[in-house]
Amino acid sequence: MSTLPRAESSPLLEVRDLAVRFRLERPGGLLRRGHDELRAVDGVNLVVRRGETLGLVGESGCGKSTTGRAVLQLLKPSAGTVVFDGQPIHDWWVRKGRRWVWDARLRELRRRMQMIFQDPFASLNPRMTVEAILTEPLRNFGLTGGGDRRRRVQELMATVGMDPRFIRRYPHEFSGGQRQRIGIARALALGPDLIVADEPISALDVSIQAQILNLLARLREELGLTMIFIAHDLAAVRHISDRIAVMYLGRIVEEADAREIVAAPRHPYTQALISAVPVPDPVQEATRQRTVLSGEVPSPVNPPSGCPFHSRCPLREDRCTRDVPVLREIAPGHRVACHLVD
Amino acid sequence: MSDTTTEPSPTGDAAEAVLTIRDLRTFFQTDGHVVKAVDGVSFSVRRGETLGVVGESGSGKSVACLSALRLVPSPPAFHPSGEIRFQGRDLLRLPEQEIEALRGNRLAMIFQDPMTSLNPYLRVARQLTEVLEVHRGATPAAARQEAIAMLERVGIPDAGRRIDQYPHQFSGGMRQRVMIAMALLCQPEVLLADEPTTALDVTVQAQILELIAELQASLGTAVVLVTHDLGVVAGTADRVVVMYAGRIVEEGPTGELFADPQHPYTRGLLASMPRIDTPPTGHLEAIAGLPPDLGHLPTGCAFHPRCPLASDRCRREEPPVVAVSAEHRAACFEAEAGG
Repeated sequence: MSTLPRAESSPLLEVRDLAVRFRLERPGGLLRRGHDELRAVDGVNLVVRRGETLGLVGESGCGKSTTGRAVLQLLKPSAGTVVFDGQPIHDWWVRKGRRWVWDARLRELRRRMQMIFQDPFASLNPRMTVEAILTEPLRNFGLTGGGDRRRRVQELMATVGMDPRFIRRYPHEFSGGQRQRIGIARALALGPDLIVADEPISALDVSIQAQILNLLARLREELGLTMIFIAHDLAAVRHISDRIAVMYLGRIVEEADAREIVAAPRHPYTQALISAVPVPDPVQEATRQRTVLSGEVPSPVNPPSGCPFHSRCPLREDRCTRDVPVLREIAPGHRVACHLVD
Repeated sequence: MSDTTTEPSPTGDAAEAVLTIRDLRTFFQTDGHVVKAVDGVSFSVRRGETLGVVGESGSGKSVACLSALRLVPSPPAFHPSGEIRFQGRDLLRLPEQEIEALRGNRLAMIFQDPMTSLNPYLRVARQLTEVLEVHRGATPAAARQEAIAMLERVGIPDAGRRIDQYPHQFSGGMRQRVMIAMALLCQPEVLLADEPTTALDVTVQAQILELIAELQASLGTAVVLVTHDLGVVAGTADRVVVMYAGRIVEEGPTGELFADPQHPYTRGLLASMPRIDTPPTGHLEAIAGLPPDLGHLPTGCAFHPRCPLASDRCRREEPPVVAVSAEHRAACFEAEAGG
């Protein structure tokens, strides 16, 4: 847990009505031509304060990764605003032919916003040494030269708990956990303010997951990082986050303090999600009340009317199939999108 | 466990056991050296029981199960020792046709990726009815009826129509159900489930685990559940085997093993997991270091380089298997003192 005084710290990031829609061309003949629209992110509002860690949880396809990418402008949002340190960065795109590209301000901003990926092997160039991987961002931004650069790389390696003597090794010479450390070092190279970590531990062995979680927690303290931690593993998210937002079908259905949301979840989906997380205690497992949801997450191409969760909700009423519930505050800092919560 | 000073049948009354693995070794010959993927593993599973086999990647948990069904290609694999008793026969020494007749019939296996078992080019109907027609001599019409009934039982809506679809037309969770339906159609005595829910979301995982438990209760199937997730084991297994570097380091009844873990690796795994049932601690007790390279195992106890309790003796000698109680054993010098 971070120790910064939350109440006084100003937001580093404010996201309003964020939407990301993908156009899917429909296969088939002349008569069926047309397209479908996949609403990956469908009106997300988020505020992240300086030094805070926000956990974003949900099941596959809920839009949590797409939200992370759209926040960092790795994807151009279809609608909504993303304000980073007071600046409307969603506007910093220019048209180049038929494509949208970052303008100079957004390219420069890369220094301050970085991403850590799930699969460190896929995100590291196999032909580059650790030194080359970590030097690249420094060179791109014209930071430090020659001998200083090597010293900076060694310093980064030490920061993430790697032996600086391995500077000339290639990614394949490392285990999954070590590769994730390289991925983290690369994200830290430019001294960012905001890190979006997308499933950073889910590809790792259980004993290594704890090492990486501890590393992220330590770096956050030492470097004063602001973090969005995206994962499907609620226990890991709760461990590292100050606040948690739960997503379902492209929307936030509940958001609260990390302890509170696990101790007293209010949305029926959050309740089911928490009750489904296995606990390594056979006594508790034998007596736990588990809400087993029927069915699966509907397709974001064809989302249900009304509340996106109504097709699986054990408490569904008529109005849930008609009206979309608004995310509203039910207690200080606790927001829920459900018709049935007072 | 491989230790010769203890009785190799670890689960008491061997007569009850449906499947018994004794002193199994599965080694791989790779250029230059031998990789000991499974190195002297013994366990058994009883009718209607669930045995959890826990370990991280490279622990040998999957290879042990694949070996039991003779699904590890040999060469490169070979078995310097071992016996797999099923219905009075040793599966390791059975002719290929006989093991084929048992596979998918009396002994079934499900995997993390359902496409390991399902053929993408064939309709689900064909894949499900084939087992019944080949193994049980059912007529095509009867086999189809039975297959539809099983799909309904595993919770596939509109089974009568969906049976004529191809695997890619099902979602991940639904495909997992189709694979389970296929595995259980012949009412096998033993179901080997290798990380069956690892690729699924937790709400779907809860559905699938509940489904396996229901079918097991009604059919009396013995289930070997291979997983890395101690939470899943706590909720489903009657007994647990913990593997590290190709060996069993601890085994016992689930309640006892979680309440009183003896091996430092089991303790380390439990301590390193963030959990939602206790307040967050801020710092996790991670296990130091990395899992070992199976081609170059450390001397003595394979866990010693990562063990907070390691002594000189652990670096030199392999630890004995210590009986902590009637059914609870651990391979550790410290367990001797503590147990």
